[in-house]
Amino acid sequence: MLRGGKDPYWGKKARSVAEGRSRKGTLYDAKAMEQVREGVKQWEKTVYKEWTDDRPEGGREVQTASGIPVKPLYTPADVADADYSSQGFPGVYPFLRGVYPDMYRGRLWTMRMFSGFGTPEDTNRRLKMLLDHGETGLSIAFDMPTLYGYDCDHERAHGEVGRCGVNVSSLRDMEVIFRGIPLGEVSTSMTINAPATVLTAMYAGVAKKQGVPMSRLRGTVQADMLKEYIAQKEWAYPPEAHLRLVRDLMVFATKEMPLWNYISISGYHIREAGSSAVQELAFTLADGFGYVDLGLEAGLKVEQFAPRLSFFFNSTMDFFEEIAKFRAARRIWATVLREKYGVKDERSLHMRFHTQTSGASLTWQQPLNNVVRTAIEALAAVLGGTQSLHTNSYDEAWALPTEQAAEVALRTQQVIAEETGVPKVIDPLGGSYYVEWLTEQLEEDAYRYFDRIDAAGGLLKAVKTGYLQREIAENSYRLSKRVEEGKDLVVGVNKYAKLEKEPIDTLKIDFRAQRAQAKRLAAVKRERDEAKVRAALAKLEKAFENDDANAMYPMLGAVMRYATLGEVMGVGRKVWGSYKEPMLL
Amino acid sequence: MPRKAAALQKKIRILVAKPGLDGHDRGALVLARAFRDAGMEVIYSGLLPSPEQVAQMAVDEDVDVVALSLLNGAHMTTFPKVKKFLEKKGGERIVVVGGGIIPEEDKPKLRRLGITGLYGPGSSFEEIVEHVRSRVSKERWKD
Repeated sequence: MLRGGKDPYWGKKARSVAEGRSRKGTLYDAKAMEQVREGVKQWEKTVYKEWTDDRPEGGREVQTASGIPVKPLYTPADVADADYSSQGFPGVYPFLRGVYPDMYRGRLWTMRMFSGFGTPEDTNRRLKMLLDHGETGLSIAFDMPTLYGYDCDHERAHGEVGRCGVNVSSLRDMEVIFRGIPLGEVSTSMTINAPATVLTAMYAGVAKKQGVPMSRLRGTVQADMLKEYIAQKEWAYPPEAHLRLVRDLMVFATKEMPLWNYISISGYHIREAGSSAVQELAFTLADGFGYVDLGLEAGLKVEQFAPRLSFFFNSTMDFFEEIAKFRAARRIWATVLREKYGVKDERSLHMRFHTQTSGASLTWQQPLNNVVRTAIEALAAVLGGTQSLHTNSYDEAWALPTEQAAEVALRTQQVIAEETGVPKVIDPLGGSYYVEWLTEQLEEDAYRYFDRIDAAGGLLKAVKTGYLQREIAENSYRLSKRVEEGKDLVVGVNKYAKLEKEPIDTLKIDFRAQRAQAKRLAAVKRERDEAKVRAALAKLEKAFENDDANAMYPMLGAVMRYATLGEVMGVGRKVWGSYKEPMLL
Repeated sequence: MPRKAAALQKKIRILVAKPGLDGHDRGALVLARAFRDAGMEVIYSGLLPSPEQVAQMAVDEDVDVVALSLLNGAHMTTFPKVKKFLEKKGGERIVVVGGGIIPEEDKPKLRRLGITGLYGPGSSFEEIVEHVRSRVSKERWKD
């Protein structure tokens, strides 16, 4: 998948999923099925037709958000002959119904709320507060300069320090963020990509200073660079260079940090960038197979690293299509890993995923309506079998969330968990004619995309030519136009809109973080042993230049000597240069 | 005034730009397509230009309008910087509009600097295109 290769597997798979639906199977008695088919025909011709002929206004254009046309009714005739073994049981291949045998009966999904803002001190206080409230899973958001690998005193960082998350310019900042937090006992998720190797090294560095061995560290870095080029667009170097660093991280962590989840393969951003559910599913899984290829190229076995890969999906408003997407994702991942990559170990076939409700679905008009949207999206994620969930706050189309809005978002998950009864039964929509049909339809469409990407020279090429990015931009424009033309309706925007604005309180962030961070960075630079920093950076540069080296070791050395984030990333900029994306207009 | 009429009807050239450390390009790419379909000549800055580079691009490309998009909260420093560099580089007549996640209380300040529009997600293309057209014709009337 990564380099392409015209593998006939993908096309064959697409055809077999499509054909599977009209093949005779074992689930239903053949004669009874004939009767169902006949019954549907009769119903369409008589009852349904007579009713709708008198009510033409009922004939809205009906398709899913991805543009898949849908019929008014689904029956066994649409899923009929799926052999039940393709659905199976929770905790059993192909994991359509869930990755764990008991799903939420044993343990609810993790309510993991992403936070991080201002200075490392601010974030440290917030994390400690969360720990005091019983959380053991921390999740940290970084600001833009950190995400792009610039220090807080860089010209490009002006006005952006501490705005969208916490700023980290050197190991010292990480020491402050985790001050008083025993790294051997918590798990930390860091949403970081281009500098993921540096932040992993810094995290290991803080642990070292706390006396915690690297092998005990639990947590996640996103480190999904493929989706950066496809959607989120936060890179520092050309794709090959970043992929090489991801490879180094995979190899290093497999050996030294066996509990570290080093890639969170993310469809979230692909969806937020304007893709359809089909595209989110296809491009994210394609990325997943790309990383499998990368690991194999580095000489690892799939069983060594697949359990360390996890996924991150979006949940947005077309309720059933979202549920079908989650289910399809699980089955595709397990099927392809087993059939194409020959993986036998069951744990390596598990697609575990985190879900976040869609930021793009929130409207700035009538913001309280966003509470309802988020609740529906969260419910879809739970019905889809997510392992963890972040719910957005209703004020996020305006600004970063206030504490009150963030609390409502968390409460939304708690209402679903504690009051609705939804977690009582595993995959409760399994067997719904519509949901099973749609799950298969999405799978078929995803396999067709895999085939196209592979045939176009593979993922890396598809990214560098802008093929995937343009596919997303075109879909995003299609969606916007549909709203503009009133084909898709958004409450409070193009239907039930009101003129008056309802001001809501929003969170303000000032320049305090920028000043405090600049001051600390200056102190770090004054106090460190400059000669040692230079030597460490020179060693790092050598490792970057040698494609066979693993850059993680010298990187750890450099950050331990307080080389700054910007200096470490700067070595890469010197060796590999920067990257300009292809024209996307 | 045939010369004026011709000037008023000239195709609008617009630079869609994302100044600053912000990869959220969905709105920018969608609007670029909407401006194009509305008959404008569209130039897209690509990602991560500095405010100065955006201003330079606008002057070099001789555009009528710069449409800035930011969703990272840095609009209060970045948008005015673009405006300042435009003035420095002889682009003081270039209309500046903006959009993204802009809190209500920031808007008056930006408007006073001549940065208008300030549309958020979900705004209508029609309204945005109309706003750009009306600002450009006002500017052209001054000739």
